[in-house]
Amino acid sequence: MRDAQKEMRRPLGLRLWLSGGWLFALAVGAILAPLIAPHNPLAQDLFAARLPPFWDAKAEPGFWLGTDSLGRDVLSRILYGSRLALFVALVAGTLTCAVGATLGMIAGYYRGWPDRIISRFVDIWMAFPPVLFAILLIAVLGTGIVSIIIAIVIIDWTRFARVIRAEALGQSAMDYVASAKIAGRTKFSTMLTEIFPNVLPSIIALLTLEMGISVIIEAILSFVNLSISTDSPTWGGMISEGRTSVHQAWWVLVFPLITLFLTVLSFSQLGEGLKDRFDPVLR
Amino acid sequence: MPLLRTVLLRLIGTAITLFGVAVIVFVVIRVVPGNPIAMMLPPGATEADIARLEALYGFDKSIFEQFVIWLTGVVQGDFGTSISARQPVSHLVLNRLPATLELSMLALTIAVLAGGSMALLGTLYRDSKTEGLIDVTAGMALSIPDFLWGLVLILIFGVLWPVFHISGRISPSLNIDFTTNFYLIEALVRLRFDVVGDLIAHMFMPALALGIPLAAIISQLLKQSLKETMHLDYVTLARSKGYSERNVILREALPNAILPTLTLVGVQFTFLIGGTVIIERLFSYEGLGNMAIDAVINRDLPLIQGIVILFALLFTLINLAVDMLYTVLNPRLRHA
Repeated sequence: MRDAQKEMRRPLGLRLWLSGGWLFALAVGAILAPLIAPHNPLAQDLFAARLPPFWDAKAEPGFWLGTDSLGRDVLSRILYGSRLALFVALVAGTLTCAVGATLGMIAGYYRGWPDRIISRFVDIWMAFPPVLFAILLIAVLGTGIVSIIIAIVIIDWTRFARVIRAEALGQSAMDYVASAKIAGRTKFSTMLTEIFPNVLPSIIALLTLEMGISVIIEAILSFVNLSISTDSPTWGGMISEGRTSVHQAWWVLVFPLITLFLTVLSFSQLGEGLKDRFDPVLR
Repeated sequence: MPLLRTVLLRLIGTAITLFGVAVIVFVVIRVVPGNPIAMMLPPGATEADIARLEALYGFDKSIFEQFVIWLTGVVQGDFGTSISARQPVSHLVLNRLPATLELSMLALTIAVLAGGSMALLGTLYRDSKTEGLIDVTAGMALSIPDFLWGLVLILIFGVLWPVFHISGRISPSLNIDFTTNFYLIEALVRLRFDVVGDLIAHMFMPALALGIPLAAIISQLLKQSLKETMHLDYVTLARSKGYSERNVILREALPNAILPTLTLVGVQFTFLIGGTVIIERLFSYEGLGNMAIDAVINRDLPLIQGIVILFALLFTLINLAVDMLYTVLNPRLRHA
């Protein structure tokens, strides 16, 4: 317990501060989007189309990051887009983790036929190109936020299952697992009290990584126009529009791209940083 | 013959995996809402017209019967007929496969060259600022997926400093009458270096986007293995014989450190090929992945099935090949 307290007081490190800071700012922006967004993200104004960002002489005050080809405010659209991105990151990331880690633990600890079945499914899944699988699932499930989340869970649970299976396999050879067995505990309770806490650091590191991956998958799906209704602002949708008009208005592509880049980088750096902190060997 | 036994077991495993893929794709696709047949016909089509066409494509039978018919065809190399292109799926898919293979191989080459040299440099200048810089670069490169690298490259080399093409596979003016669809290889064989240059100028951006994350992985893993090898006795011996540090790394350490990287590159190469789906879309490159997305949008069920099976076949074959190569190259397994 004292160790844990000492742990809390240790400086977090630049990496964790920067990535955590960006994600926190983004989350605040997403929650407060209706209050702080300077414009309605859907409002079109063809007379204000392709306005450059604020430092350009031709910029209009109030449109900080310029407007797209339909005259919609880029900053407001990024802010509203972050609501979908972060929601998908949190929900899809957590669900994927829950499904994948549970199956991985069962396979690694119970072994035998549960392991054979789960591992066979992992093998089959590894033979699918993930992006194509996701697009196919959206075509089947229909567009919408629930479909995106289900698709991410279905395509990416193997990432957790593979790693956690290997870890659980290693843990189950440990003495404390054997002593729990001798003490007469059931397999299920041993899995929860002995295996789970020991694979938790890996789960946490993978979880933040998965959140970043979920953001990317959502962006890819909206890039090919298969995410949510085309009206709602999404980063991927903005990038897709920006890609076609990049020679006329680079800012329509650049700003959502920077946002997406920093978000994905932050999630993965947060995971790396947390893994180092939780790793008992490094500690 | 333990090697033969391993090969046989792996082949059976591969067959089961492919069968699993076929079942899942078949089931998932049959749940797609919207009747693809009705979409093919003009609005005035009668019920009888739809029924006739459904019978032609076999959609009037039960899912199980359709699966058996389809699988029997697949085993004989018949993947059915594309609904949107009205051509045999096998024909369409095999026409596009070379484009994707060439792109993936170029990406793999870039990744191996870039990642390999980063690992060697990092080992040569280990525990210095150079190694730190390489670690940070690799860490960054690894955190960002190919899709984002593709967009960044489009901005830098397509817009800010337009030296490469960011869309298509070849400039129309240079489209010589290719007899194969392996444009790059054929242009090389026919010594048309202007065409080779044009093809590379088109492929380099998407290949780089695909290769960057893999280069980072190779750099990290190979450097790790190299550094471990550098402490071993035979390396010290070579050093004491007066070999230069560069020679020690290249001749003694590298051949022994390369095995773990090789296994990993196999799996990662399948991820790279999976990445071509969205990268080809991003760069309007006429490959298999780009066709796959169109097939999904057009609800072209036979074509989707064919493409997914082909990808799965490619992935499992690569993994199989890497496993075999590992067994052959690993001296400890060879004599077992």
